[in-house]
Amino acid sequence: MRRLALILALVLLAGGARPAAAERLVVSLSNHRVAVTSSFTGENLVLFGTIEPDAGKSLRTSGYNLVVTVTGPSETLRTRRKQRVLGIWVNMDSREFVRVPSYLSVLSNRPVADIASPDVLRRLQVGLDNFLLPQRIGPDIADTVRDDPFRVAFVRLETQHGLYRESSTAVTFLTPTVFRAAIPVPANVPTGNYAIDVKLFADGAMVARTSTALEVIKAGLEQYVADAARDYGLLYGLLTALMALLTGWFASVVFRKD
Amino acid sequence: MQIYLPIADLPVNIFLVLGMGLAVGFISGMFGIGGGFLMTPLLIFIGISPGVAVASVSSHIAASSFTGAITYWRKRALDTALAMMLLSAGIIGTATGVWLFTALRALDQLDLMIGLSYVTLLTAVGVTMIYESVRAEIRTRKGMPATLRRPGSHTWLHGLPFKLRFKRSKIYVSAIPVWAIGFIIGFVGAIMGIGGGFLLVPMLIYFLRVPTATVIGTSMVLTLVTMASATVMHAATNHLVDAVLALILMVGGVIGAQFGARTGARMRGERLRLLLGLLVFAVGLRFAYELVMQPDDLFSLRHVRSE
Repeated sequence: MRRLALILALVLLAGGARPAAAERLVVSLSNHRVAVTSSFTGENLVLFGTIEPDAGKSLRTSGYNLVVTVTGPSETLRTRRKQRVLGIWVNMDSREFVRVPSYLSVLSNRPVADIASPDVLRRLQVGLDNFLLPQRIGPDIADTVRDDPFRVAFVRLETQHGLYRESSTAVTFLTPTVFRAAIPVPANVPTGNYAIDVKLFADGAMVARTSTALEVIKAGLEQYVADAARDYGLLYGLLTALMALLTGWFASVVFRKD
Repeated sequence: MQIYLPIADLPVNIFLVLGMGLAVGFISGMFGIGGGFLMTPLLIFIGISPGVAVASVSSHIAASSFTGAITYWRKRALDTALAMMLLSAGIIGTATGVWLFTALRALDQLDLMIGLSYVTLLTAVGVTMIYESVRAEIRTRKGMPATLRRPGSHTWLHGLPFKLRFKRSKIYVSAIPVWAIGFIIGFVGAIMGIGGGFLLVPMLIYFLRVPTATVIGTSMVLTLVTMASATVMHAATNHLVDAVLALILMVGGVIGAQFGARTGARMRGERLRLLLGLLVFAVGLRFAYELVMQPDDLFSLRHVRSE
């Protein structure tokens, strides 16, 4: 379904009344699959790429800017605000963020504000401030203004957890047309499919775009335990209780004094 | 060495968790309690969400109380009939507690409820224990015998109907307070992730006049069954039990408990109760401080669902 939508979007783009692009992006990811094992403490992936000219066209020698946006599987979260009630701090107000990325990295070679005009950035959802984060407001679902306190708190908390990030130094141009981007994968990264969207800008406008994907899986015991807890809750609980009894019994045998 | 906890969804240092298990196990062995009221706050402190901490600690307490129960069973210091009566109500209390836990979680008030329960219960129990043991200490200094069991002294509890005789404990009491105590222990255990040993033992002594010979063994059986069923219920309804975390805690806990029990055996009863009272009170104050002080961050996130 997603692939179909992508193809459709590409066809629409190609058929649109846009001037023929002079640049093409070719990217390659160091690893398309990250396995979260019991010793996983996070890692860094590297995305390499080059800017290629289209047939018969030539490239400019400088002035390219690149933004890489990595989005993780979507989830719904609630942001809660504490207020003092009768002397103690209680969660009073809350907002639900519906189907937002569980992981969001915006990596670029310079601050995104210097790459294009606010309008362009907003339309292309470049940068944490411009990324669409829909909230449930009454019966509607909509993104709010960027300085909405719940939106600000949400982005700040996700950034503290290492799951949201905006870095203007993570993309480096090795030559004017060859670049590398470091994609951080923190230890608490959610599992699932990740989309990597690469946008090339020149003179404040997007001139080329490409995408690739990445998969984060839990491997070994972790996967097994997490799946069992979710899919067979009762059996999992019974086994955990049995494990407790065995440990207790084992200890009483080992440390028996009489 | 870091290990990734599959349900808590974060990496922890295995030796840190093992050390916490050992330390709490030592204290639990020394005082003859489960130690959940110490372990749950410690886990919350190292970043595990209160829900996962409460649910996982229940299996840890089940393990340590089973070790204790076997020991007391061998010494025949265990009133099976009384334990069964307490249990019948304890299971209902646990189920009610797990249900309320799920409901509060949906309303974003679970953390507050856990905090408030800790403050109320721990400060009240702590103060009572300190008061009782200081009074006993003064009485011993004056040369008076410090007895807890006063034969023949009856309270209004002994006037209630449905009287039952418990042979091993040598008591003749109404079933109503027995059921009430069982229900309360099961309920607070599920909400707070505590076995309730530190509550149950004084309740059995003061309200039912259960003799010290059978009280700890009986309390351990109740703790074992309520905590094992809390584990199953938390796993089936909230999916918050982290088996990997629980296993590390169990291993540390049962080893620590053995050394704690040896240290505890060398100390006087009143002194031991005073120390436990101070510890309980301190943990209660810590929670009160957290509720009253303005938090560093007024905002927090809760995962609702993955899409």
